[in-house]
Order: sequence, then C-alpha cells, then structure tokens
Amino acid sequence: MFSLNELQRPARRKFLRDLAVLGGGLVIGFRLPEKGGRAWAVEEAVAGAAKVYPPNAFIRIAPDDSVTLIVNKSEMGQGVYTSLPMLINEELDAPWARIRIEPAPVAAVYNHTQFGLQLTGGSTSVASSWEQLRRVGASARLLLIEAAARRWGVPATACKAENGRIFHPAGSTSLSYGEVAEEAGKLPLPSEVPLKDPKDFKWIGKSLKRLDTPEKITGKAVFGIDVRLPDMLTVLVARCPVFGGKLKQFDATEALKVPGVVGVYEVPTGVAVAASGFWPAKTARDLLQIEWDEGEGAALSTAKLRESYFALARTPGAVARRDGDVVSGFKAAVKTVHAEYEVPYLAHAPMEPLNVTVDLRPDHCTIWTGTQSQTLDRMAAAAVSGLPPEAIEIHTTYLGGGFGRRANPHADFVTEAVQVAKAVGRPVQVIWTREDDLRGGYYRPMWVDVIEAAIGKGGKPVAWKHTIVGQSIMEGTPMAAVMIKDGVDAASVEGAATIPYLIPNVQVELHSPKNPVPVQWWRSVGHSHTAFVVETMIDELAHLARQDPVKFRLSLLPRTSRHHAVLQLAAQKAGWGKVKPAPGHAFGVAVHESFGSVVAEVAEVSLENGQVRVHRVVAAVDCGRVINPDGVVQQIEGGIVYGLAAALHGEITLEGGRPVQSNFHDYPILRHSEMPQVEVHLVPSEAPPSGVGEPGTPPIAPAVANALFVLTGKRVRRLPLARETFA
Amino acid sequence: MIAFTLNGRPTTVEVDPGTPLLWVLRDQLQLRGTKYGCGIAQCGACTVHLDGRAIRSCLTPVSMVSGKRVTTIEGVGETPVGRAIQKAWQEVDVPQCGYCQSGQIMAAAALLAEHPRPSEAQIVAAMDGILCRCGTYNRIRKAILEAAAGGA
Repeated sequence: MFSLNELQRPARRKFLRDLAVLGGGLVIGFRLPEKGGRAWAVEEAVAGAAKVYPPNAFIRIAPDDSVTLIVNKSEMGQGVYTSLPMLINEELDAPWARIRIEPAPVAAVYNHTQFGLQLTGGSTSVASSWEQLRRVGASARLLLIEAAARRWGVPATACKAENGRIFHPAGSTSLSYGEVAEEAGKLPLPSEVPLKDPKDFKWIGKSLKRLDTPEKITGKAVFGIDVRLPDMLTVLVARCPVFGGKLKQFDATEALKVPGVVGVYEVPTGVAVAASGFWPAKTARDLLQIEWDEGEGAALSTAKLRESYFALARTPGAVARRDGDVVSGFKAAVKTVHAEYEVPYLAHAPMEPLNVTVDLRPDHCTIWTGTQSQTLDRMAAAAVSGLPPEAIEIHTTYLGGGFGRRANPHADFVTEAVQVAKAVGRPVQVIWTREDDLRGGYYRPMWVDVIEAAIGKGGKPVAWKHTIVGQSIMEGTPMAAVMIKDGVDAASVEGAATIPYLIPNVQVELHSPKNPVPVQWWRSVGHSHTAFVVETMIDELAHLARQDPVKFRLSLLPRTSRHHAVLQLAAQKAGWGKVKPAPGHAFGVAVHESFGSVVAEVAEVSLENGQVRVHRVVAAVDCGRVINPDGVVQQIEGGIVYGLAAALHGEITLEGGRPVQSNFHDYPILRHSEMPQVEVHLVPSEAPPSGVGEPGTPPIAPAVANALFVLTGKRVRRLPLARETFA
Repeated sequence: MIAFTLNGRPTTVEVDPGTPLLWVLRDQLQLRGTKYGCGIAQCGACTVHLDGRAIRSCLTPVSMVSGKRVTTIEGVGETPVGRAIQKAWQEVDVPQCGYCQSGQIMAAAALLAEHPRPSEAQIVAAMDGILCRCGTYNRIRKAILEAAAGGA
C-alpha cells in the first residue's frame, strides 16, 4: 500500500525505537498450549472475551516443547503465517513441526516497524520484519541457553542450542527448550543479540510448506464470516446506492414479518436488518421500502468524469518530477507521440465478502474480523463506542483475501459494525453481500493519463511529458501528512515519477480532483495504472524507433540496474528473439519496479474469435533475499492473475451516481479456462528482502497490451481489454 | 421438517423449505466450511455434493435435498477420492487465502469420482465455475492430475 521512501525514512527511526521497546518486553511464557494450538478454533471464539494474551510476546514455549509464535501480520493468502515464523525460527531453531501460529492481539508491540501502526500492507511484511523477528528469535535462543547454562553452572558461551535443545559443553547432557522456558522467561534480556551469518541459514531460502494449508483444505480454517457467538444476530445493512447519499425515510412493515427477523434499525450508513441468520436478514432487507436523499453524487457518471478528467489533463498540474526541460526536449524531436489513456475504477472483490462480528458491552468491545489494519480499526471502534482504546479487543481471523480492501484507512466496515452493535444491543455479525461489496466503493481510482513523448536522432527518447488525473487515495487519511507534498500524492504518481529509463527531459504532473466515490489502495496502488501507461508508451517509442522492445529498454537502463537484469532474465527464459511464437501468437514485455522489487514479464498472447487469450507468462523477479521461494512464486502467480483479471475484464462504471456492476457475472474475475501457464524465475540476491505480494501485478497489463500491438498493429490505451474490438 | 443424509449421518432440519442449503449448513447445522461468495451460483465457493454430484448450495433450496445424500468439505475426506484430493492439495500447497478452496476441492472430488483420469478439457469444464481470486488455478490443475495419477 505505501511503497514510498517518504514514509519509510522517518519510520526507520521509529523502527529502531520499537526494537528497544520490544527488547524490554520479550516474554517467553510458561504456558500450557492453547486448545488445538491456535486462538482460532471456533469454540474459543465462543469463549470470547475472557481470553487475554501476554501483550508483548512473539514466542511462547510450553513445558511440552510446543512453540507458539504470535504473528503480527494478517494472513490473507500471502503466506505470512509461514514466512514470518521462518524468520523467528531461523534464529530460535526449534523443531519446525512443533511450531504453531497464533494471530497477535492489537497492541503497540505488534506495530509495523516502519508504519508505527499494526497493519499489513504495502508488500512489507517480510521486509519490515526481517531484522526484528530474527532478533526476537535470537534473543529467545540466548535466554534459553543462559537458563540451561545457569542450571548446569557452566558459561553460556560454551553451550550450544539446536533443533529445540541446549547442549552441555561436555556433550553428555542436553535440555529441551521447554524444560528451561520458565527460567528463561525470568532472565534479563541480552544486550547484544548477534544474528547468524546468512551462509549458515538453515531455513531461510528453502521452500517450506505453508503452515495454514491443512486447515484450509478441510474446511476448518476460521474466517471472519465463520465466527459465531452465543446470542449473536446476523445483520445486513441497506446502504444508499449513491455515494454520499443519506437516508430520508424507510418502512420496515413487510421486512419485520419475515420469520427470524428480530429488528430493523436506523444506523448512520443506512438501515440495518437483524435476524437469526443470513437468509432471513437478506429476505427482509429485500422487503424494506427506503427513500434516499441521493445528494449531489446522483449526477456522477463515468462519461462525465471522463470528460472532466480529460479537460483537467489539458491544464498544468502539480509537478511531481522535472528533469531537464521538456519544451526544449521536444524541439529536438524527430518523431512525437501524443497518447491518451484511461483506466476504470476497480473493486478488490476478495472471495470472502466483508464482515465483522462485534460483541459490545458497557465496558468492553470485542471484535472478530479479517482485517489488515488493527490499530486504525481499534481507534475507530473506540470513537464509536466511547470506550478507551484499551477496552477494544480485536481478534484477527483468517482473511478470505484482502488486496488492500481490508486495510481501510477510515475503518469503514469496523466503524459501521460497531454502530450496528450499538443500535441492536446484542452481539452482531454484519455481513456484506457480494453486491454490497462490489457496490460499496473504496475502489482503485479511475485514472486518465496523457503522455507526450518524442524520440530524437538515433532513436533515443528526448522528451517525456506525463500528466496524470485521478483521485488521491491518501487525502483525508492519517497518512496524508506524510504522503502528500506540494499537492502531489506520492501514491498517485509512483511508477510514473520514478520512471527508470534514461531520458534527458522528463516532466510528470498531477491533478487530484475530488468526488464522492470512495477510493482506496488496490493491490499495487498507483503502480496498477502507471505501469500500464509507462510500459506501453516505452514500447510504442521502441516501435517508433524501429527497435526491438527488449533491446530498446535495455539501452535506456543502467547496465548494473536490477531492471536490466530482470528484463534480460525474463526475455531469455521466454525465448525472446530466439523462439518464434506459435502462429497467431505474439510476445509482449514489460518491466516495473514496485515495493522495492523489480519484476519483468513476457506474455504470449493470441486472439481467439476476437477475444484476448493469454497463453503463457514468464516472470523474472528481483525481490532481494528470498525467504520461502515457493511462497514468492505463489505471490507472483497470484499477482499476475489479479492484474490479468483487471486487464481483461475489470471495471466499475457509474451511471446516475450508482455503480453499474453488482456481482461476478458483470464484474468477472479470471477463471480456470483463462489461466495462462506461469513461470516464475527468481534472481539470486543477498540484498535485504523486498515486497512480493504486489509487484507481480503491475507488469501484466502492459505486457499483454504490447503483445496485442504486435498481433494487431493497434495500440490499446484503455482498460479493460474486453471493451476493445480486435479484428 | 426436512430429512436428508449429511456426511453419512441422518439429519433433520426445521426451516423454511425455500432457504438455500448453504445457509442451512452454515447457520443451522454449524458446518461452516462451505462458503458464501456470491449468492447467485457465479463463484462456486458454496459447492457441495448432492448424491455425489457437485452443486451450488447457495441456489439450492433445502427442500430439494429431502431424502438425498449431501456431502460437504467436512465429510469429503472420508471418501477415497476426497482423501486423495486433499493429499494432493497439501503436496502442491494449493491454497493462498483459502476461502474458495472448499468449493475447489468439492468440485475436484466430484470430477475425479466421475472421471478418475480426467482430460485437460474435463478439468476445465468441471472447475471453470469455481473462482479463485488469489490465482491458484495452475496448482489446482496440478493437484487434480496428481490425485488422479495416485489412483484415487
């Protein structure tokens, strides 16, 4: 979500501070294992609020040698319940099979080391935990050794620990971690915690099986929607179909007749129907008679927005980057291209629709939800309930997909659920239907981009002027102060202001119009549109210069750059320039940096009855040091699929202020039958790890569009491709 | 009262007969491995077996299962095909977020029960209606082929 150095620099200092706090609070608890080893067995959800965790521990070792690692990042498919334990255990060195995972409660010690909030996003989970969690593991190991050494009366430095046991210097005796855990927990923390030399890594760099797979293939994994509390009601909320509209009046007579319906309540976001289960709640909601005050949002339409955005693009915007002088650059032009791009609003559409379970008591509020953003959710729940933040307990369940939607900077779904709980006066589970989810806003913004670019003598680019128009995501959020400078939201121009190619005259400008459609980060944020625009235009310039698109790009990239390396690797693995694509097929390429990683993708594309068909995608990835290679491959595969679904089909359009699309029939996501072969190649690296959750997404749309140009001679400048006609 | 066999056990429910099976399973019978994704049979997250065939429980009124056999993700592991599928899923490490996987596994188990050695086309035909937002499709295909090769 936040990929920018601006945010990370001050955070770096915070990170060091947090490490100090962490050091003071590390606890190796003497605790019996939880039932089933995890906080998320359903019966425990029912047991509910009584459960209190040690607020500052990442590791609990029990006398039976079971090791519970508390993970402070939300598991939404990206594999943090495996990769983060690998970081701890690389230093702790407990037997992998004994490790269990527990989601962290909300507490300052679990804050993100860079953002200062408890939050999962920005493809930063591994990168931001890389130092921290290895130190946690190493500290624990030193304490365990120290405890054993004291028991034996030998110097700790003479003892060794491995695979869950501490060995006596004489080699004759050993103690298990569990046997000394209680004593270790009482020792002062070591002041110096050296980390392993990477050449001694035992786990990092190996493909380990995901720890969450067994639960996810047996139906046992508990997602937010699976939480049940005694006396709980299921609630559906009827919200204004127009963004920014308000409730005028409603008649619930018919709704209240539905068996199982307990009540109908006015809440700030609309009308809430509470019932004994989903079906009566849904049936009753459909029977509500509601009159809305739609407000000015009713005048919104995609066509009008488009017109106003293009008008804005013709005016000067806030300058996000200025290198050289584009005006004189264009004077040296031999050939110039003027291109206008348009990409739509996109919904995240995680498979699990949004839902929140709330048990609100006079002095305490317990929330169960699949959230990426515990701290902001807690603040919001405190504000709505009037309770102090300490009285808000958040249980993070598995997330049935997040993609950014479950890290709402305004805590929209949690705020509403606490409002509902207040109105209903009983524990509630608020469920959004698929239609609610797709029509509920917080979309990837619609963007219009205009680029004027030129090549000079010798075919090299001489000038590049890029104007971007679209809503700011950060405006009005707690991140605005850091992310918006001089009228430029860094998230709007990432990947455009940071264009890597050597072009002497570059200017990037931004307009951030406002309208009532709520927008939010969507897997890869600004990169989701800038990569499409920049990488199709660079490709266009290559063709204009009559050069091979890969060679053209390489000639504009520093030879030692990571871009250069991944582009070469992807081209080589795809057989670019060596293998002739099958008849009727063509290759397209794109390379893009995001979240600290660089990904190049080559797509092999054909047209089948005028429909775009992607057969194969070859990706090369430089994401620094790889923790769990198969986990990285999964994320790149997933990122490609997510981006491809959007490139082919994704769009939310507005008419009369209403989102037109409502469910998977008119907001299609990728299907089995559309799935290309995907090959992922990782560049070996000893640099610190960088992001993998998002960086696979940006290059796919331009790679496919560039292949379509080769096939058809037509430049695609708007998405989705389903809108275009190909001969 | 509606009576049917659920995961091999006789079951009765007292509920409006028009209620979709999905919500009877989730809200009445406390079997929440079967998921809600769209409510209009477009995503397949709610797939269960009715007399061995894969159906979408979100659009199946519970009255339609009266006297029949229903198998859900909680029970599919008791069949040889279901076991083979789950084993292959584990081997290939298919799931990411996992939310669609009950539906994927149920559809795959029904496929292998009918076609123990499915062709690519049969796999796509059986699985195309089960959506995965995380993009696990290639691993699903690989796991189905592994389960088939394992002689389920």
